[in-house]
Order: sequence, then structure tokens, then C-alpha cells
Amino acid sequence: MKCEELLTLLNEYVDGTVDPAVCEEFEKHMAGCNPCQVVVDNIRQTITLFKDGQPYAMPMQFREKMHDTLRKKWKEKHPGQ
Amino acid sequence: MANQFTPETSDTELVRRAKAGELDAFEALTNRYEQRVFGLAMRMLRQEQDAEDVTQQTFLSVLENLEGFRGEASFSTWVLRIASHAALKIIRKRKGLNTVSLEEATEPSEDLNSIPHPEFIADWRQSPEHLVERNEVRRLLDDALTRLDEKHRLVFLLRDMEGLSIQETAAALELSEANVKVRLLRARLQLREELTRVLGDPARQLIQSHHHHE
Ligand SMILES: [Zn+2]
Repeated sequence: MKCEELLTLLNEYVDGTVDPAVCEEFEKHMAGCNPCQVVVDNIRQTITLFKDGQPYAMPMQFREKMHDTLRKKWKEKHPGQ
Repeated sequence: MANQFTPETSDTELVRRAKAGELDAFEALTNRYEQRVFGLAMRMLRQEQDAEDVTQQTFLSVLENLEGFRGEASFSTWVLRIASHAALKIIRKRKGLNTVSLEEATEPSEDLNSIPHPEFIADWRQSPEHLVERNEVRRLLDDALTRLDEKHRLVFLLRDMEGLSIQETAAALELSEANVKVRLLRARLQLREELTRVLGDPARQLIQSHHHHE
């Protein structure tokens, strides 16, 4: 496997969906190629960092208004409850 | 009975009770997912008013269509799909593309042969767990996301930030799975590049040779 091929399989490897035989080749390449190893690490860290990033907070005022609207709609849809 | 739901009450149970007409169960579902929906909408649209509209539309749509929800996908996936559809509609309207799908509107020739090579390769100086706390890192992430092409950003948002599968992302964005995969790879590589330029340790930079390592 060449570095270029490894690149095209990066997603499947990182997501754990790569075919076992291909996975073995992938890891064999990485064991002998430090840059590719580091790229894979970097990619994993990048994903983790974005996944764990701070979410945007929903404005409280909007939240209350939305819940009012939803309750009203609910009652229209379920009359007599 | 007052609010009898705990964080342990499953979505499936809440859905069942909401379908049976319990407003409390519907509200519990809304409370559970409204932040996530709003966050997704903000990241997709980068505009608070639009994100609020999408959030409200999403839960109105959940209310309207709950009866038809059969549980083939998880409730969270279903809600995120509704939300991303609503956000896409706004994106298309902004572009004046009311009828054209996102796929057709972009060049069709995104293939694996034109994937750019990693340039700056180095171990990071700190672990993501340490980095995520820092304000300047938060800004770095936002800026890097902003610089992504929209078509790459949307795929990254749904797949990696919201945790949808490739298939679910494709369905939510009305793209082919092959297209989602290529866009995801581009997004990940570009973000890796930008983040590593700032967070990587220059003393440990590695040079990749493209010719060796058979
Ligand atoms: Zn390599």
C-alpha cells in the first residue's frame, strides 16, 4: 500500500468500517510510515475536538415562546385532553 | 401526576406515550433534543433567527408527524433529519435554488483521485481533552468550519459532529452515499490541516514522501 492509497481509505479506517484484510495492510503501512500514522492520529483528534466542542446555547426567551406555540398546537390536535 | 420522566426514560417510551396523547411526554422529548436541533441549525445556517425558525419548525413537524413515526430510525436521527431538511430549505432559498438539489447544484466530479495530500504533519502539543476547554481553540474550530465549502461543512456537521451514519447523512442532505464519503474525507483533511498548523508541534513536523513506502 502507498501513502496515496491509504489516504483514500482513511474514512473507513477511522470509522472502523474497513474490510479486515485491507485493515491489516493499512496498519502494516502505518507501522513503517510515521507521517501516515500521525495523519491518522491528527484526524482522530480533529474529529474528537469538534465533537466535544461547546454547543450554541438556545436563547431562553425563544425557548419559552416555542414551548407555548407547541402546547397550543398540541391542544388543537388533541382536543378535550 | 407531575413530570414523571427521568433521564433514564427511553425515547421509545416517550414516543409511545406522546403518541398516546400525553403532552408531558412530548415536552420531555422536546426538552431532550431542542438544544441539539438548535445547535445543528446554528452551525448549518450561522444565523440565530433562522436557527430559531428551524428549531420551531422541526418540533412542530415532530408534533404533526409523530403518529407516522414507526421507529425504523432512532428518534434522534429522525428529528435531526427533519431539522437538516428545514435548514437546507433555507440554504437553498438563500441561494435562489428552490427546486435544484444540493447535489445537482455542485460540480459532479468530486472523486477520490483529486484528494489533496496532507501538508503540515505533526503531533499536536496537547490532547483534545485539554484543548476543548480553551476559548481560543473554540474560535479556531469555528473559523476552520467557516472556511470549509458549504457542501463539505454540511456533511462534516451531520456525520462527525452529530454522529449520523453515512447513510443517514446522505438521506438528510439528499446526496448519494458516495458523494457523502468524498466530501467527508475532504472536510476531515482540510480541518486536520488547519488545526494541525496551529496545534501541531513544529519541532516534530514530519515530511511525507509520496514515492516510497510500498
Ligand atoms: Zn504513508
